[in-house]
Amino acid sequence: MISFFLYVAVGLCLIMLFSMYRVLFGPTVLDRLIGVNAIGSKTVVLLLLIGFLYERVDMFVDIALAYGFLNFVAVIAAARYFHKRKGLYEESFMD
Amino acid sequence: MTAIRNGVSNDVGKPSSTFLKSFFSFLLTFILMLLCWLVLSGIFDPLLLVLAVISSFLVSYYFYDLLFPSMELKFIGIFFRFVQYLPWLIWQIVKANFHVLYVTLHPRMKDLIDPQIITFKTHLKSEMAIVTLANSITLTPGTITVTADNDGVFKVHAIDKASAEGCPGDMLNKVSKIFGETL
Amino acid sequence: MNIIVIVFISFGLLFFLGGAIGIIRMPDFYSRLHPAGKLDTLATLSMVIGLALFNLHHFSLGTLLVSIKLFLIVFFVSLASPTATHTIVDAGMRAGLRHWTKKKQRG
Repeated sequence: MISFFLYVAVGLCLIMLFSMYRVLFGPTVLDRLIGVNAIGSKTVVLLLLIGFLYERVDMFVDIALAYGFLNFVAVIAAARYFHKRKGLYEESFMD
Repeated sequence: MTAIRNGVSNDVGKPSSTFLKSFFSFLLTFILMLLCWLVLSGIFDPLLLVLAVISSFLVSYYFYDLLFPSMELKFIGIFFRFVQYLPWLIWQIVKANFHVLYVTLHPRMKDLIDPQIITFKTHLKSEMAIVTLANSITLTPGTITVTADNDGVFKVHAIDKASAEGCPGDMLNKVSKIFGETL
Repeated sequence: MNIIVIVFISFGLLFFLGGAIGIIRMPDFYSRLHPAGKLDTLATLSMVIGLALFNLHHFSLGTLLVSIKLFLIVFFVSLASPTATHTIVDAGMRAGLRHWTKKKQRG
């Protein structure tokens, strides 16, 4: 079962690399934000898996909970920050 | 702090019922905070239990009107009906996810999707009903709530035609039945 | 019991993979949010439920507390993810991004 968790954790890391493409090459700022949000929601699960691998779940579950809160607040703050910036986007698909 | 107190005590003329309401919300906040402390700490020493009671008493004394601003008896019915609504919602979410997964992994995806923004008006009044409906719409079949305002006007981005047509439908009826706002 | 845990976690991994592919493949910003908002939520839910079931193998007060915390994560994620999605959509709407339609692609 532990080796299964290890494979799942490695798979999650690969999937995070896929999402990293959108963070690096996203046409607008908000596309990058979507990529960051997706990576964050994978990181919560990855932290829990690491906790099971080291057999210290009672510690890592707190870290995962705090990371989830932090990710949520960060995404909302960034989205609010880019609210009023009209015309700052690259207009690759607008017309 | 004083401003919040004055706002609470001024809104209703009957002092006794106001006191009872604020006491109920104080009690509910207190119990919730205590449960949160116990679950998150996981240590049951007498010293830590006393600290838990003191700190949750302080928090609920100052902020009792944040979580449950107006405690009414009908909230209990709303809570139980909401719990009954959850299994249906989870089943809808699972179905929606398989649909989105199918659309995503289809080789000719760009023929399959037809994004469009639709607007519809509902008769929902209370804020909680609107928030519940907006979150439910975001979680289920191929639709994302774009805006939802106080008058119950929803703007929804749908990923294909089928999900755009079936959008308010069943879910609106269920949510308005939960909050007792059927027409 | 182990089989149920493996099924839950595999479904979660499948949904995460679908979400990542959807984020890469979708044509515009609004439709990218569909896989990002929905598939990731359900994937997190199913993986955390699987882990909570696995955690309850050796039943004691400590593992019960850890499982309650895991379900707290489930509750929080299912509440926070639609809100974050809605915030990003709102930001895009106010910035005036137009959404991708079929007509534009043909013309």
